[in-house]
Amino acid sequence: MGSSIGAAGSRSESQAKPAAISITLTVNGESRTLSVAPWTTLLDLLRDRLDLTGTKKGCDHGQCGACTVLLDGRRVTSCLTLAVMKDGAEIVTIEGLANGDADALHPLQKAFIEHDAFQCGYCTPGQICSAAGLIAEGRAKTADDIRELMSGNICRCGAYPNIVAAIQEAMDAMGGRR
Amino acid sequence: MNNFAYSRAADVADAVRQIAADRNAKFIAGGTNLIDLMKYDVERPVRLIDITRLPLRAVEETRDGGVRVGALVPNSDLAYHPLIEARYPLLASAILAGASAQLRNMASTGGNLLQRTRCLYFYDTATPCNKREPGSGCSAINGINRTNAILGTSEACIATHPSDMCVALAALEATVHVAGPSGERCIDFADFHRLPGDTPDRDTNLESQEIITAIELPAKGFAENHSYLKIRDRLSYAFALVSVAAALEINGGRIRDARLALGGVAHKPWRDREAEALLQGAVPERTVFAKAADRLLRDAKGYAHNAFKIDLARRAIIRTLAQAANATPQIQSVKKIR
Repeated sequence: MGSSIGAAGSRSESQAKPAAISITLTVNGESRTLSVAPWTTLLDLLRDRLDLTGTKKGCDHGQCGACTVLLDGRRVTSCLTLAVMKDGAEIVTIEGLANGDADALHPLQKAFIEHDAFQCGYCTPGQICSAAGLIAEGRAKTADDIRELMSGNICRCGAYPNIVAAIQEAMDAMGGRR
Repeated sequence: MNNFAYSRAADVADAVRQIAADRNAKFIAGGTNLIDLMKYDVERPVRLIDITRLPLRAVEETRDGGVRVGALVPNSDLAYHPLIEARYPLLASAILAGASAQLRNMASTGGNLLQRTRCLYFYDTATPCNKREPGSGCSAINGINRTNAILGTSEACIATHPSDMCVALAALEATVHVAGPSGERCIDFADFHRLPGDTPDRDTNLESQEIITAIELPAKGFAENHSYLKIRDRLSYAFALVSVAAALEINGGRIRDARLALGGVAHKPWRDREAEALLQGAVPERTVFAKAADRLLRDAKGYAHNAFKIDLARRAIIRTLAQAANATPQIQSVKKIR
């Protein structure tokens, strides 16, 4: 990443077609071994290869948070994550948040419904995964903290007040501090 | 994003060997800036060398009372580390002022130093940009330059360095540890980033075959009197228009040591030793803060859309120094500036 490498130069070296690489991920509790091209993002892998389309592609540049998933328990933007770099990692998406039970709801999912914390719903899986990461981090204690620590998730419908209320309720329900 | 080869570095020596073998390769750690730039075709590496498995994740005390931070420590882990929270709260605050929780979880300490400018034209491959394509011209000087620099600019480039963390590291006088083909060396933080001059394509003095291994903080952390104030277009998750890191040592009602660094105004975190000298020995009050601000900004130059930054910076410096002197640092989740 040295800046000087960014200078203009010949790109003639190493032009042979790079090989796909085999990786194993645990996705929502299930082990998956896949052969991936190095430039495949975790987001595209989840949606296009594993058919887990709950994770959304919004901006594809890490600015909107719609693609947020939990990677080894930490919230990340899957659009800026290369799948090859995460060999051996454990991924949880919105589909697996309630322990993989398709009929069950995570306390955050329940709270988002109760508080009407969305309008179009496109940002919601990212909001909920991000909120799950926030609660696990244990840093948010006030509504101000929640607003600041959720700023990586944009809601174009402007459901923010209800999103904050839903997270506060889920945080209490899960034994977290407000 | 272009196709590229991918390899993993086994250790620091292997990483250096791999980067030396391929001049169009790049290291990748957090990837939060590099992947983004690759999606815009601004960066087109033929190989990515994954350094995330290197043993550079420790935060440990040094023998002379400082703290050494491994280059791969994620930004969030650093901000919330008990040693950093207790002894370098200015650094913790600056980190939490930057990016989003997700990006801070991903981004590495070393990578934060190497992130590239967010100048609109650097990202827009349809326009000339001397940083992206040397010799092509600067579109910002006569373009939309609201977010661009007011200090240390050149005819070739008026880009800013986007980091918040680096502004605190500049104020704290950190040292950058790097390794390369001829061994290891240390770079003072003030010498790490460059002014654009006529080579704006070079952001830093890191050589192309070198890798950052650690950042070292000296013992003095200014934990009692400090503040990081970031002024931006929205209250969170936006780059600074102007940011100020202030660190004071106050004893017997006088300032014994003063550090002042600005972000969002130059191609590197901006310090002015003469401005800091005006604070030394003075009673901490508004008049001397204003004098220091005026000194720091004496050569500031505004362009068509960013001249407002000069007055904004002046006010932000005075306010941040007052916050530091009063031991009431800006809290990043509280948006009211006190």
